[in-house]
Amino acid sequence: MMEAESRSFADAEINRCLTPEEKIQFLRQMFRIRRFEQTSLKAYNAGKMGGFLHLYTGQESVAVATISLLGENDHVITAYRDHGHALVCGMEMGECMAEFFGKATGSSKGKGGSMHLFAPDKRYWGGHGIVAGQTPLGLGIAYALKYKGIRGCCLCYLGDGAVNQGVFHESLNLASLMSLPVIYIIENNGYSMGTSLARSSAFKQMLAQRAEGYNIPWDHANGENIYEMRVKTQAAIERAHEESRPTVLEIATYRYYGHSVADANARKYRTPEEIEHYKTYHDPLRLWQKRLVDEGILTEEQADAIDHEARAEAEVASRFADESPFPTEADIFTDVYSEVDQPVGDGPHGTYFFN
Amino acid sequence: MPLITYRKALNDALAEELLRDENVVLLGEEVAEYNGAYKVTEGLWARFGSKRVVDTPISEAGFVGMAVGASMLGIRPVVELMFWSFSYVTFDQIINNAGCVRYMSGGQIACPIVIRGPANGGTNVGATHSHTPENFLANTPGLKVVCPATAYDAKGLMKAAIRDNDPVMFMENTLLYGEQWEVPEEEYLIPIGVADVKREGTDISLIAHGRAVLTCLKAAEILQAQHGISAEVVDLRSIRPLDEETLLASVRKTHRAVLVEENKPFCGVDAQIASLIQEKAFDELDAPIQRISALDAPAIYSPPLEKLQLPTPDRVVQKALSIC
Repeated sequence: MMEAESRSFADAEINRCLTPEEKIQFLRQMFRIRRFEQTSLKAYNAGKMGGFLHLYTGQESVAVATISLLGENDHVITAYRDHGHALVCGMEMGECMAEFFGKATGSSKGKGGSMHLFAPDKRYWGGHGIVAGQTPLGLGIAYALKYKGIRGCCLCYLGDGAVNQGVFHESLNLASLMSLPVIYIIENNGYSMGTSLARSSAFKQMLAQRAEGYNIPWDHANGENIYEMRVKTQAAIERAHEESRPTVLEIATYRYYGHSVADANARKYRTPEEIEHYKTYHDPLRLWQKRLVDEGILTEEQADAIDHEARAEAEVASRFADESPFPTEADIFTDVYSEVDQPVGDGPHGTYFFN
Repeated sequence: MPLITYRKALNDALAEELLRDENVVLLGEEVAEYNGAYKVTEGLWARFGSKRVVDTPISEAGFVGMAVGASMLGIRPVVELMFWSFSYVTFDQIINNAGCVRYMSGGQIACPIVIRGPANGGTNVGATHSHTPENFLANTPGLKVVCPATAYDAKGLMKAAIRDNDPVMFMENTLLYGEQWEVPEEEYLIPIGVADVKREGTDISLIAHGRAVLTCLKAAEILQAQHGISAEVVDLRSIRPLDEETLLASVRKTHRAVLVEENKPFCGVDAQIASLIQEKAFDELDAPIQRISALDAPAIYSPPLEKLQLPTPDRVVQKALSIC
């Protein structure tokens, strides 16, 4: 039964039209995220960066599958576990790694850190550190698209821990009330920091089912299955494009590391066996690679070569970050006010900084 | 020059900017069909329609955040908070998102939003509706904060705020909405960050913002008439950026300063002003800097007592006399 369902996703029009190159590109993107993060973790442990580092490892297929469907007027915004989305949206490993290192060559000139990667030129709006704080921003992006009469949508990602924040519910209400083309993708990895789903959220079948209360269509997908995610995301995108209506899509996934790498209890709130089980039987890279081999469009050797390229690219990024300069003390005061950086008329007037 | 109310001045500023720039959109509770809880947006929905003037549910965190998101794509939302006291349920959106997104993106993202509404006590609505958060918000680099005291300033600053590429927190006052001032018919803008000497004087500087400026003007009249003291009244107009030069020039002229605000004293705006004066004009002072703020307790409901809680002309006069 499950196999039949799985086949039907693979046979769906949106997947049948994929070229072998596109399918291989999905694998390449997942390898790039994984090797980038492994390299960043190594650098973190070597003391090359500060603060948190929220690894996406185990969830790579979600960003790859969902973002693969976006067109030139579709936008992306996410929370702090943002490395995968950033790379899939087209950010370079080097600028991201340099941002982690706090370097002037970073995507935010070292002012944001790993939780705050932005590339508005690639319609990627971050990278936001406060749980669910990005959910009304995604709504606002959808609002702006509708206001300007642009046929597009915004994919707004959140974790399972974000669904209990009030502002997410306010966003759902506004999305439905104002009929905005926003798609909330709940990446349900089972844990909000160290608190399991069962201990954090009250629900009947699915978290996404809460959308019913706001008259918003919802669905769920298996994060291991790129074909399934593409089918279900495409339905949401069509709803946004054709009807300017929101969707909530919940995707079951799993993270291998702790909440962040600073998560001291990463191996205490779940068993090592649980993590091993996922790595062995549910790893999205391994599963996609096997599928491509089974479909006869990729050999193991070719997959290894893709992996090797990703590792090499990550190493180059790490060296670039390491060799880049830090921002200067004067840089602390740029990018605070537009008026100071790019004065209009005879401005700026008055004192902006009180040191 | 025609006399118009502070409310009408704001209404005119909003209408002129809606007409000028199609990306300007007004959002908030009751701003459209109800014509505004305090009638600041009266007639704008009828004139500009539902796309430009948008009613929202009572959902500040949601619609402020939505407006911040829309501003990142070039929309210029002017968001009304029925009271600035309600900003407390959307602080994350204002401070973390509007206030920090430009910096955290390394200057890649602008947030040209105006958040406006009344921030004042003195209307017998109890502590939860009487907050004056200009000090909190001015504490966030990335935000601008303005507090106009007159209709003229309200109009010119509102137009400047809407054209500003940074997030501007615009604090009005319900007690001023019905007051009238002369406002020219021709278009003008008041740059944010420029203070205004509302009354020239030589003996003492009364430095204030918002409605406290009017309290100081009344006190200055009493000081002149009854005590022969010439008080200068400096209206900050903008809290951040702050026109240090104008207020320091006044202190250098009069050598005495009383700082007056309707904010609470602890970490209030005037704590910053006092620090600034002692740091940059200490040798010019002939007397210690004095401060008058709202009495330091939650806003009391009881109408006669609430009047005493806010700075009065009499308290300003007494404080001025103590150092003259």
